[in-house]
Amino acid sequence: MTPSKLPPLATLGPFIALLLACIFFSVQSERFLSAQNFSLILQQIMVVGVIAIGQTLIILTAGIDLSCGMVMALGGIVMTKFAADYGLSAPLAIACGMAVTMLFGLVNGLLVTRIKLPPFIVTLGTLNIAFAITQLYSQSQTVTDIPAGMSLLGNTFLLGQSPIAYGVLLMLALYVATWLWLRETAPGRHIYAVGNNPEATRLTGIGTERVLLGVYVLAGLFYGIAAMLSVARTGAGDPNAGQTENLDAITAVVLGGTSLFGGRGMLLGTLVGAVIVGVFRNGLTLMGVSSVYQVLATGILVILAVATDQMSRKGVR
Amino acid sequence: MKKLTAILALSALAVAAGSARAAEPVIGLITKTDSNPFFVKMKEGAQAEGSRLGARVITGSGKTDGDNAGQITAMENMMAAGAKTILIAPSDARAIIPAIKKAQQQGVMVIALDSPTDPASAVDGVFATDNYKAGQLIGQYAKAALAGKKPVIAAMDLLPGHPVGAQRHNGFLQGFGLPSLEASSNALARPAEVACMADTFGDAAKAQTAMENCLQKNPAINLVYTINEPAAAGAYKAVKAAGKEKDVVIVSVDGGCAGVRDVGAGVISATAQQYPLKMAAMGVAAGVEYAKSGKKVSGYTDTGVALIAARPQPGVQSLDVKTGTELCWGKK
Repeated sequence: MTPSKLPPLATLGPFIALLLACIFFSVQSERFLSAQNFSLILQQIMVVGVIAIGQTLIILTAGIDLSCGMVMALGGIVMTKFAADYGLSAPLAIACGMAVTMLFGLVNGLLVTRIKLPPFIVTLGTLNIAFAITQLYSQSQTVTDIPAGMSLLGNTFLLGQSPIAYGVLLMLALYVATWLWLRETAPGRHIYAVGNNPEATRLTGIGTERVLLGVYVLAGLFYGIAAMLSVARTGAGDPNAGQTENLDAITAVVLGGTSLFGGRGMLLGTLVGAVIVGVFRNGLTLMGVSSVYQVLATGILVILAVATDQMSRKGVR
Repeated sequence: MKKLTAILALSALAVAAGSARAAEPVIGLITKTDSNPFFVKMKEGAQAEGSRLGARVITGSGKTDGDNAGQITAMENMMAAGAKTILIAPSDARAIIPAIKKAQQQGVMVIALDSPTDPASAVDGVFATDNYKAGQLIGQYAKAALAGKKPVIAAMDLLPGHPVGAQRHNGFLQGFGLPSLEASSNALARPAEVACMADTFGDAAKAQTAMENCLQKNPAINLVYTINEPAAAGAYKAVKAAGKEKDVVIVSVDGGCAGVRDVGAGVISATAQQYPLKMAAMGVAAGVEYAKSGKKVSGYTDTGVALIAARPQPGVQSLDVKTGTELCWGKK
């Protein structure tokens, strides 16, 4: 099945939810509806937004990745420590961090394709491994003396009156590029095919294992980019980063209408899913309401999204 | 995984305790996590005091802050290893109490370190910072630093319902001279001067996001109270991005080495320093005394708190950054 044949409700649902949330908060606070505030929200979701691209690819193959946040934290620590301890230049240190996150992607992918372990269990294992290595390698200390080049993407430029972070532009570019790649190229289509029906896909001569392995490594690359963005945003290598990012990313993917059963979903929906969470957090603060209500709203939306998906699969109208 | 290693290590210790070193008093120290530098320092203090007094200190922790089950497991394993005194920094002030009761019934003395149980009478004694006083100190400093300007306050709090978060928050407001709540209250006071309040879980990234949203809500904010120094660093990032770092006073609590450095660098105006090493050392000493004479401790013992500021304010007593660095915990 191709993205264009998605049931309309699953595609439009996230956009409608976002629109309703924006209308609600605009009525509640006069400070909500401004270009500057939206730029702020995008800045706040850029890290989880990029992680969620990798997560979407994996969920499209009917897999799941619990290790993404911890792998990102490890990548961030490697980048910052390599720069601080060995004096590597920012680009080189960032490349080393990305190599580590891609290595974790490769390990996840090999365990899933070669030993046929379920992705849930594999990534539960690598989640703990990445966490432990992060803590041991960093001695649980935040790395603060990082080169200026590393916080470049956290800097902003003025577009009209609103400061836009360079990292936000990178995130948006990654979404558009990956979306087009998924839609228009053969390898992109193969990812949908593998998620939809691996056996039938294999019989048509597509190397399903190679596709899967490629998806996990590619996801690792996105976690590496997210690590770079996280370091740029906070200006530090934080060993306690990424603790909730796995569930946050899965939430964004599910809110965005991608099916947990694989094979169906639109990448841009994931971006909308991530924005919805950011809008609730921002809007409730502007209203002066406790952020616990954001958690409540997210929970309800996740169940609505999954239920919509399940009903459309069963053909319930 | 970590838990498994801990259990294996403890079982090995238990066997060793049974054979060779039965005479040494065994003291268990359970921290919230084993990675936070505050608790690392606490462990160091306990180990050092233990070897000085001839006691064996075994340590354990929950996996994350809030992991009550992990702390109970550690407590059971320590009792199996022969601990007669258990020092615990409770992750969950209420949920840990049944396990503490069970330990006490078997003749174990339980002392709460760093933060009390709820109710505090559930343990034999509490060795902790007076968090309300810590809040008062930074409140008094902030009042002097604003020099008569009308305060517009953002509060970067801990998490809902946590006694330490409430005591620091309310103490800060009380110290500033604003309407506040008592030290015994677990609710957060919110006078009109507080323009924005957010839960940060003491995390830098969450505090940065929260502070950005607060400045969006009220750009006139000129005073930021933060629950700890990572939250202060995160709030500073947001304040600086808005170009307001010259106009905003940020105060905090903890006194970690990174935080004291931030005081020196002008990121934090003042912080109230607490002393984990002292908490642990006093706890171990009490455990050795209990093993020798059977005498238990009781009630609350203040382990001290001091204000660290780069620019002292008239009428507010504070230590300079150099002294603060000598006394701090974490990587100097």
